[in-house]
Amino acid sequence: MTLRLLREAFILLLTLAIGGFLGCLLLRYGPGFDTDERDLDQRYSSATLQALHKARAGEQNVGTFYLNYLKNAAQGDLGVSTSLNQPEGQLIAARAPATIRLISLGLLAGWIPGLLLGFAAAIKPRSPIPLFSELLSGFFLCFPAAVLALMLFLAGGPASIVIAAAIFPRVYRYSRTFLGDSLARPHVLAAAARGIPRSAILLRYVLPPAIAPLSALLGVSITLAFTATIPVEVICDIPGLGQLAWKAALARDLPLLAAMTLIVTGVTLTANTTAGMTK
Amino acid sequence: MKIAAILILTLIFLASLAPVSYDQQSRESISSPPSKQFPLGTDDVGRDRLSRLLYGTRISLLLAPCAALVTLLIAATIGITAGFTGGWWETLSMRVTDLFLSLPWLFLFLIIRALLPLNTTPILSLILTFLLMGFLGWAPAARVIRSAVQQFRAADFVLQARACGCPEHRIWIHWLAPRLRGILITQFFLSIPIFILGEASLGILGLGVSEPMPSWGNLLRELTTAPPLTQYWIFAPVALLILVMTSFQLLLPSRE
Repeated sequence: MTLRLLREAFILLLTLAIGGFLGCLLLRYGPGFDTDERDLDQRYSSATLQALHKARAGEQNVGTFYLNYLKNAAQGDLGVSTSLNQPEGQLIAARAPATIRLISLGLLAGWIPGLLLGFAAAIKPRSPIPLFSELLSGFFLCFPAAVLALMLFLAGGPASIVIAAAIFPRVYRYSRTFLGDSLARPHVLAAAARGIPRSAILLRYVLPPAIAPLSALLGVSITLAFTATIPVEVICDIPGLGQLAWKAALARDLPLLAAMTLIVTGVTLTANTTAGMTK
Repeated sequence: MKIAAILILTLIFLASLAPVSYDQQSRESISSPPSKQFPLGTDDVGRDRLSRLLYGTRISLLLAPCAALVTLLIAATIGITAGFTGGWWETLSMRVTDLFLSLPWLFLFLIIRALLPLNTTPILSLILTFLLMGFLGWAPAARVIRSAVQQFRAADFVLQARACGCPEHRIWIHWLAPRLRGILITQFFLSIPIFILGEASLGILGLGVSEPMPSWGNLLRELTTAPPLTQYWIFAPVALLILVMTSFQLLLPSRE
């Protein structure tokens, strides 16, 4: 178990290191990396400008730049946003609570009906529940999150519904298929033939094996939820990380985008690895 | 299913029946309601909404498969080589795939789009949008293809063919390629609706196709100005998008 934990942690760190390196490549070779507005300020003497260029020279090598970036990030210094002129750590910390609340509410609102309808459809396949749930999940799959956010915004509905709508179809379809297959397994049929009550069969033989794959789906849902938060926060004007990423993209604020990439990758990878560990 | 396929093909060819060009402006009819001349009214610069919708539909329906093809080529190359060779290449390519899968797709697109100029010509923005989606959407398909290749490599019929002295290329051409074909086609069809929705989302965020080129994204962007719900004709792109996506949802199970 400890060995597996260490292995997973190593893989996570390796993937994160690759992600961080790609983020630094983005910064280093992105437009405007080697420009400094002080170069155009006539108050600076040529000697000062030369000293400034010399100070920046170390950043030309992407490896050195990446190591420096990691060293500063470990001390909580992610750099300064070029568009908002504020420390990136502060910007992210100030906006994270809104996104976390939105994602949490959306996950709850997507998972609870998804699981309940999935269970109900698997247990009673001939009732109207599967038809209703299929129509509902199909409808949500056809709607881009941004359009749904727009509709909700126009109708004055809660933004977390959009996140729930992005997650519900996956949870419903997966739980329905998995439970349907589990219910048709020979040992479950044998238990039913021996007269074991249905509730006992579900609790003992059907639900326990479903926990691992469903928790893996939870990891994926976090990534899906974050994807949906970008249009939701932009359209509903929620000051969260999605809106910050959008503003940074429009302003070509690459240092902020690189810092956010590192954080988002870290969070989603940790969620996926933790979910995967339950297998 | 046939009806869905016919509907998608009809929508592609319907643009040639558009009453006027998508960028033709009528100064006398600015933001006008539906009429005989303009069945879906005009936008705030006097362009015919119906013509723009038909052209935009054709653009999205033609370019999303192109992006899906790019994705499929990348995914097939990575998935097949990783599944076939194994070793360090498989480890490295799957780590990069994990990285792509862990990053929210729209977020990844925002990062890459930020690197590219935003004030591009409409045609260039159109190509960039769909090409980038194609280049960034390969990870899920690569993982599926790699698993399939690994499964086929270890299958009894392949082992038997190898034991009989059948050369590797012959095994590939005669045994593995036909089995992979179905998976590749399914992945291709799965990617198309994802890219259509992706373009719509990006257009609404102002990072998709530039004006005056119509696409579902920038047609839906008009809704961000919060029009009154009584102007029901403005919601025509939403209705058409749902219709097309439903058609793809109906087409997919048959492919799967």
